[in-house]
Amino acid sequence: MNLIPLFIALPLGAAFLLPILRYRNFDKQKTGQANPAVILGKWSKRTPDIVANLINLTLLVLSLMVINRGMLVYKMGGWEPFKGIPIGIYLVLDGLSVLMLLIINSIGFLAALYSVNYMEKYTDKTRYYTLFLLLIAGMNGVVLSGDMFNLFVFLEVAAIASYALVAFGTEAEELEAAFKYQVMGTVASGFILLGIALLYSFSGTLNMADIARIINQQGIQGTVLFVGALFIMGFGLKAAIMPFHAWLPDAHPSAPAPVSAMLSGVLIKAIGVYALVRILFNVLGLGETKSILYILMVLGIISMVAGALLALGQRDFKRLLAYSSISQIGYIVFAFGLGTPLGFLGGLFHLLNHATFKSLLFLNSGAIVYATENRDLEKMGGLLERMPVTGTTATIASMSIAGVPPLSGFWSKLIIIMAAIQAEQFIFALIAVLISIITLAYYLKVQRLAFFGKLGQAWKKTKEVPGLMCASMIILSLLCLGLGILLLPGIKSMILDPAVEVLKNGAQYANLILGE
Amino acid sequence: MKGMTLIVKTIARLISGLIFLYGIYIVLHGHLTPGGGFAGGIIIAGAFVLLILSEGSKKASSEIKKQRASVGESSGIFIFWLLAMLGLFTGSLFFLNLLPKGKAYHLFSAGIIPLCNIGIGLEVGAALFAIFITLAVLKTGEKK
Amino acid sequence: MIYYLLSMLLFLIGLYGVLVKRNLIKIIIGLVLMEYATFLFLALVGYKKGGTAPIITKGFEKAVFVDPLPQALVLTAIVIGLATTALLVSIAVRIYQRYGTFDIREIRRLKG
Repeated sequence: MNLIPLFIALPLGAAFLLPILRYRNFDKQKTGQANPAVILGKWSKRTPDIVANLINLTLLVLSLMVINRGMLVYKMGGWEPFKGIPIGIYLVLDGLSVLMLLIINSIGFLAALYSVNYMEKYTDKTRYYTLFLLLIAGMNGVVLSGDMFNLFVFLEVAAIASYALVAFGTEAEELEAAFKYQVMGTVASGFILLGIALLYSFSGTLNMADIARIINQQGIQGTVLFVGALFIMGFGLKAAIMPFHAWLPDAHPSAPAPVSAMLSGVLIKAIGVYALVRILFNVLGLGETKSILYILMVLGIISMVAGALLALGQRDFKRLLAYSSISQIGYIVFAFGLGTPLGFLGGLFHLLNHATFKSLLFLNSGAIVYATENRDLEKMGGLLERMPVTGTTATIASMSIAGVPPLSGFWSKLIIIMAAIQAEQFIFALIAVLISIITLAYYLKVQRLAFFGKLGQAWKKTKEVPGLMCASMIILSLLCLGLGILLLPGIKSMILDPAVEVLKNGAQYANLILGE
Repeated sequence: MKGMTLIVKTIARLISGLIFLYGIYIVLHGHLTPGGGFAGGIIIAGAFVLLILSEGSKKASSEIKKQRASVGESSGIFIFWLLAMLGLFTGSLFFLNLLPKGKAYHLFSAGIIPLCNIGIGLEVGAALFAIFITLAVLKTGEKK
Repeated sequence: MIYYLLSMLLFLIGLYGVLVKRNLIKIIIGLVLMEYATFLFLALVGYKKGGTAPIITKGFEKAVFVDPLPQALVLTAIVIGLATTALLVSIAVRIYQRYGTFDIREIRRLKG
């Protein structure tokens, strides 16, 4: 049995199964007996936890199983190409998809594990897990899709689930943030759909490989550049690159902590950066167009600088993390904009590292909120004493994101800066180094205010968070410590090299899939 | 929201059954004529919405109805999912059309497509109805 | 050609509504206009002069059909648009319950 459709089918199926299972329980509350119309299974308070975590564990195992399988093309419903022209929907699994699947499903599993305790204080866990699984299904779909419109549909599935998750607490601030986020997100979707429509009118097909082949034959014309600009706007909004960032500092802190971890750690990369890079480099074949690359580099530098400077002044822990996300996304986009293999390696590796340490930091902030109901850094202090696990893991993550050797963040930033020097972008390389120092500064501030210093009077009785939350934080901090080993030659050729290879091949993507 | 006049109520009661039947017709003939699961589902939801509008939302919009609509939506899409997974388990292809195709232009033809249409019709009808009820409940909610 | 330009104009009107209007409901209307302009554009892309609806019935197997693919895409996109709009409207109603207004100038608790 082929594994690829399971990445999308499993979370979708579980997402729709959960409300059906709960319905039986609902009638029991109202009438005193279970609804006879629904025969599926017994319900307990833990059912949504167990189902969601099992599904996420399965997805993690599946994504570990597809490592190093080479390129797989899956034709949905068995529609074979007609005279060499693909007609059905394709799912494509290549090196880049495998890397993204690993990120999505590992962070997804750990966030779901964390939710078991954390989401107790919210009322409706079933709906939470339904939306969470839809988010994962959407992102897996975006990463696997080999068809432009299919990509758009999955992108919208993930985006709508994330809008609803941001508004999940239904407090005034959360609703405001969700509205802002959704308006921006819908405008972005409008631009993306317009781009897809123009691309369809240009090439007469929606299959990514087929589009790439037609653009290869006809050369890059004005339409393609215009579509590229539309996609930079649309996916840039989804990825919160600087001029399009305004929604992120509101939306990400407002969500519940595991969702913030998913949004900041994974979502902006899967439906923003990944989709942008895949379409620009593989489909539109703009990997060697200087103007587009330069735009990416400049946007990356701007978000790097502005995100870091804005993060310096924040007092709210989660808001600071959100601004830091903008800054780190800047590093990633800048690295892709260099357009060299070393730049791709640095960008992809930083993408992976940022997913681990930023989701860990958001989980840490969630642990502090869980224990103290407080997000203001100025009011914290000395929490390391009362919450040793949270404090230690947060220190590891902060050092890693600031680029202290030998933690994972150091290696990826080093590669990005080396790539910038190799591409003779000396000023940009210098800026990247400086911003790395500023990053260290604001994370030191977090450490000093939150975890070190004198223990505040209010927190004398604070307890460490429950075991499952600790477990997922510890696993993530171990990843932060150890991900540097991905650069060792044997392991590098399994995960990172195939992903870099995909981007390096650029428009050759078409020939690999259509098999010419 | 109070109900409308007696005339409207009577007409709505008479018509809504016919609209419901028409929706089912559109869903079942989805593989032969324009329409299909989505359009038919919307017509089915329209039959219910018409009734609620004419009778007034207080009578109809209870938490139980919302839950039922929600579970109807989930089961509709679950049917669709099961059909897709059947293809995966038997023929190792997701969405494999595993039933015999039959003769063109007949009601029982085109393999699993009519069954998928039924699932979609249930899903869309219930989902639209759920959206309507949710918004109707929200409207009557007090300002906090 | 004029139809393409008109659909682009509709897109810009929607964008104008989103950027300039201060009422939540008007912003939502602007978004819906943007979406529908894109759907119109997609449907126009598939149009062929003299084409009929792409439904094969007895006796019309060889007629000239318009391109059915954009129509399927538009239908899917409409479903997505329905979900987005429903969610947006329900969030707007909830915001009204919390803040007592639809004016975005008064809905500003998040800063920085």
